[in-house]
Amino acid sequence: MPRSALTGTRIRARRNLRGLRQAELAREVGVSASYLNLIEHNRRKVGSELLAALAQALGISTDALSEDDDGRLIEAARAAALRSGADLSELERIDEFTGRYPGWAKVLADTQGRVERLERIVDQLNDRMTHDPYMGEALHEIISAVTSVQSTATILNDAREIEPDWQARFHHNILQDSARLAEGAVALVNYLDAGKTDEAGLAAPQEEVEAWLAARGFYLPELESGAVSPEMLVARQVELSSEASRQLAVHWLHQFRRDSVALPLDAFMQAVSVGGFAPDRLALEFGVSFDQVLRRTALLPAYAMETLSLDPPGLVICDSSGTLMFRRAIDGFALPRFGGACPLWPLYQAMQRPSMPMRVPLVTPGRLGRRFLTYAFAATRGPVTFDAPVTLQSTMLILPEPQSPAEIGPPQIVGASCRTCARPECPARREPSILMSVA
Amino acid sequence: MGKRVLVIEDEPNISEALRFILRRDGWHVDVSADGADAMGALRRDPPDLLILDLMLPGLSGFEVLRVLRDAAQTRDLPVLMLTAKGHAADRVEAERLGVTRFMTKPFANAEVIAAVREMTQA
Repeated sequence: MPRSALTGTRIRARRNLRGLRQAELAREVGVSASYLNLIEHNRRKVGSELLAALAQALGISTDALSEDDDGRLIEAARAAALRSGADLSELERIDEFTGRYPGWAKVLADTQGRVERLERIVDQLNDRMTHDPYMGEALHEIISAVTSVQSTATILNDAREIEPDWQARFHHNILQDSARLAEGAVALVNYLDAGKTDEAGLAAPQEEVEAWLAARGFYLPELESGAVSPEMLVARQVELSSEASRQLAVHWLHQFRRDSVALPLDAFMQAVSVGGFAPDRLALEFGVSFDQVLRRTALLPAYAMETLSLDPPGLVICDSSGTLMFRRAIDGFALPRFGGACPLWPLYQAMQRPSMPMRVPLVTPGRLGRRFLTYAFAATRGPVTFDAPVTLQSTMLILPEPQSPAEIGPPQIVGASCRTCARPECPARREPSILMSVA
Repeated sequence: MGKRVLVIEDEPNISEALRFILRRDGWHVDVSADGADAMGALRRDPPDLLILDLMLPGLSGFEVLRVLRDAAQTRDLPVLMLTAKGHAADRVEAERLGVTRFMTKPFANAEVIAAVREMTQA
């Protein structure tokens, strides 16, 4: 057992507590009073035998005299003293304080630790409010749209005459900015809805993994080539701040690695360039499941997407509870960060008919709704047995599609989540929208 | 020809509204969406007033302002800086760099017109 540097102080404190004089205790343990004095002032180390004798004489365990994380207590006490602007003389007595009152020192250390943790959280929240790039961008977008709407509306409201072409232009601008404002508000509400308080970085592990992949354009060439394992790839990533984030990243990377092995990049690109993007045909051609094709498509390198004339897609994966487990965001199609999404999404519809692929055109609500073509597929996850519940995993690929092929039928109107959806009279609405007025 | 104002603003609908209200107030208005692109024209033939957005692609409003204040021909050019960022630190930085007036978005049209008139009267 490591002997504490403050064992002497502790012996002295315990002796005083028992009302023993130095000479009495020294006599009892068979040393001179002057030697015990040196020990009590931490000028002499205490041997194991003498420590045991002292502990016995004081009626306590040797641990109580020698074992403690003195360094931590001293540092915490010092930090607390410096923070409160204590006198230099008080700082010099920290050793004595922690040695004589280890219990109170621990209370102080714990309080100091808690203060530091809370301060870090405040800093992070403050940073999130002021420097979070997403928040900053979203707010900038909204303020810009509001500025434009306000300035343009003031012009149109002016009693002076405006030339017809200017008037038409301003009407168009207002309409455009209103839609932008609604989209920005939806995105911001979705973002703020996911209030996380995890000290590790105020982001859930899933968000960290998604942000980490997004920063790499959802493409990891090392993984594609098999040059490194998912574990190695994840090990040195500072953006994945917690063990949970790293484990989650490893899980998805193994999945994506299996997808890329089953659908090699060159062969996949060749097949798409020859026959167009048809996930059902590709699944058949490569002998893989439909959802593998969807995931593979969402994790192609940017140059491959350009070569194949595909716009960057979105991808969302959920489990049987509807919880979104993975998201690759796409412009104009808000993916809630937390809570339930729109039940009309093909992602959820696919769970009602597992193993049957879906192809559904969608349009977002509002006068300037954005159009998308989605592919969805649900499959069982894990072993299928009589003895345990069977769970499903549903996957939806989202492609920007200004004009869906006519044979697919008209697009269905879907939102992100009820709270931020402006669709009126929706059969699936579960709560009022905060955006109804902008529909 | 009336006085000339250059608007450097990357939001087209905002610059369109600014162009309209300034023209109606008698200004000759040029618009640029990019600070770097506008720098050449600013040096060659400085306008009577510059309306400068802070958050611009490429060269930020701060950088444009810094360059302007370093050059003799634009050192005293009146600059109205517009920003969607309302941080006090941005205002302080703008003032440190020599901005004439700092205005946060969303602004009122009348407020902009009043500001540019006042800035060019001195």
